[in-house]
Amino acid sequence: MWIIRLAWKNLWRNRSRTLITVGAIFFAVILSIAAESLKTGIFDNLVKNVVSFYTGYIQIHKNGYQDEQILDNSFSQADDIEKKILANKNVTGLTPRLESFALASSENLSKGCMVVGILPENENKITSLKRKLVKGSYIEKTDQSVLLAQGLAERLQLNVNDTIVLIGQGYHGSTAAGKYQVKGILKFGSPQLNDKILFMPLQTSQSFFSADGMITSYILSIAEDTQLEPIASAVRKTLGTNYEVMTWEALLPEIKQHIATDSNNMKVVQGILYLLICFGIFSTLIMMMIERKFEMGMLVAIGMKKAKLIVLFITESVLTVLIGCIAGIMASIPVIYFLNKHPIRIGGDTAKAYERFGFEAVFPTSTDASIFIRQGIVVFVIGLALSLYPMIKILQLNAVTALRR
Amino acid sequence: MNTTVIDAHNISKVYNPKTIPVHAVNEVHLHINKGEFTALVGPSGSGKTTLLNLIGGLDRPDKGNIFINGTDITKLTAGELISFRLHNIGFVFQSFNLIPVLTAKENAEFIMLLQGVKRKERERRMMQLFKDIGLEDKMDVRPEKLSGGQQQRVAIARALASKPQFILADEPTANLDSASASNLLDNMAKLNKEENMTFIFSTHDQRVIERARRVITLVDGKISSDTAVVPTTEIQTGQVTS
Ligand SMILES: Nc1ncnc2c1ncn2[C@@H]1O[C@H](COP(=O)(O)OP(=O)(O)OP(=O)(O)O)[C@@H](O)[C@H]1O
Ligand SMILES: [Mg+2]
Repeated sequence: MWIIRLAWKNLWRNRSRTLITVGAIFFAVILSIAAESLKTGIFDNLVKNVVSFYTGYIQIHKNGYQDEQILDNSFSQADDIEKKILANKNVTGLTPRLESFALASSENLSKGCMVVGILPENENKITSLKRKLVKGSYIEKTDQSVLLAQGLAERLQLNVNDTIVLIGQGYHGSTAAGKYQVKGILKFGSPQLNDKILFMPLQTSQSFFSADGMITSYILSIAEDTQLEPIASAVRKTLGTNYEVMTWEALLPEIKQHIATDSNNMKVVQGILYLLICFGIFSTLIMMMIERKFEMGMLVAIGMKKAKLIVLFITESVLTVLIGCIAGIMASIPVIYFLNKHPIRIGGDTAKAYERFGFEAVFPTSTDASIFIRQGIVVFVIGLALSLYPMIKILQLNAVTALRR
Repeated sequence: MNTTVIDAHNISKVYNPKTIPVHAVNEVHLHINKGEFTALVGPSGSGKTTLLNLIGGLDRPDKGNIFINGTDITKLTAGELISFRLHNIGFVFQSFNLIPVLTAKENAEFIMLLQGVKRKERERRMMQLFKDIGLEDKMDVRPEKLSGGQQQRVAIARALASKPQFILADEPTANLDSASASNLLDNMAKLNKEENMTFIFSTHDQRVIERARRVITLVDGKISSDTAVVPTTEIQTGQVTS
């Protein structure tokens, strides 16, 4: 106990040195928390925008669909397949889709669009589609009406209750044509989706494409997104080779790649940050050990065991690092929460680059508590590892040499 | 009544044995009894510090044995030696004896904390020791607020607090003015008399040498003379009283 008290007093014998060290740790903790939470926030946002709001974590197609996304590669919706999939308790839900392209026209404008037939209620459960509704109302299972993405609606100058005409190619080369009422307008975070997507009830789409009972994919929701690959493998096994079971990472390899690259860049930044703290702490440690050499020699001479001396010095380090870490974590909480509520927005070329991946260049921070704790612990461990230096110096200390001046 | 405290047999310490050997301490025999008040003198480089380090268990001789209260300290491991010093030997260095962040009392008490002495006993001993060194009013003052002489007195209180067999002081007055030096010697002499504490101190200062009751002179690492003397102060007081 007296060692802790002495360590605490020693901490303040050279106030400016301690403050420099504490300050270095303080800013390092804030920066590394900010970096980490921004990184996590960006990726969470990206996955949410693109993956959970449309693609889904896992999709099931007829084998070959991914390479050739045409209606002829569709398959019949069947209860027994659905039962088989849902038998896996990590799969929390599924919804069928029939997807294909068509030409959408209003009175005097037309544009290519993606027609997606859905079961409105199931779809909403998995991708929260209803929440994207900004105007009008959501479609019902048997409606002869559609939901338009906002960008597409603007391009075609269409509004709720207007009529849209769709022309395309149906199943096995038939011609598809139909006239539908716009029931609602949806807003998507992903500009790519926002500019071209159109939803209609599954039945309506099946009759539009003359593809009765057919679907192109099942979208699955899963219990734990960290278990993506194991769940996909399990489903793959139960379904056999007639179907392809794909994770979002396989469906959207460029996003996966982007996350990996960005992650690595961030790791480099964090590595440099950690290195800077190391140098900062280390140089003050070296200064301190030189300054206190005589004192350490004196203490060992009068009979202080080296183990106790080491405990004293490590306690000093622990207290310094702890103060810096705790202060850093405290200070970063409001900063991170602010950046979560008021996310950073990026414009210009960078924004375009992000739009290429289909999502807005908005960067909210993640307020996941584990980030604060993890980064705090990382810096703390660095501090502790560095206090090995005084420990080694004390073990090597020769009282006679230290006392000579 | 003559209890042996230190018995050094034929001890030698050679520095740089492979290049230009320096025989800092050369085949020295030294015998110190309980209650002695001994000055170690000699020219600079004669080996005073080296000899004190050897009998204080800070350094090991290349040859010879050192018995302290019957224990051959040359046979102890490094760890045992530290613990032996803690319980048997008091040290006073030339300067910077004290931990700057602790008060005078905490500094003296520190050694008893290392020894694991109970709080009550520590408090009792501190009161007594600070009275002995005449610094009762400075107990809660930090070293920086004390004069050099007062700091050395606190260092002596700390050495004494551990209840050692003897106290070694390497040039304890070297950084003091003559009044402070004389005051420090008064304190040491008093503790020597009242508590029968054994002191061995090295010095260059003639006035300090005059206070010793035994003077050992070192030249080139060898004892060149070893004389018992009657300190002049005692002669003076003797003259006054008689
Ligand atoms: N670590 C060392 N390495 C080499 N030589 C040393 C070392 N320590 C002391 N010496 C030498 O040993 C001899 C005795 O030194 P010591 O310090 O014991 O003398 P001293 O009597 O205490 O001198 P002073 O009065 O200057 O303090 C000197 O010649 C010194 O140069
Ligand atoms: Mg010396």
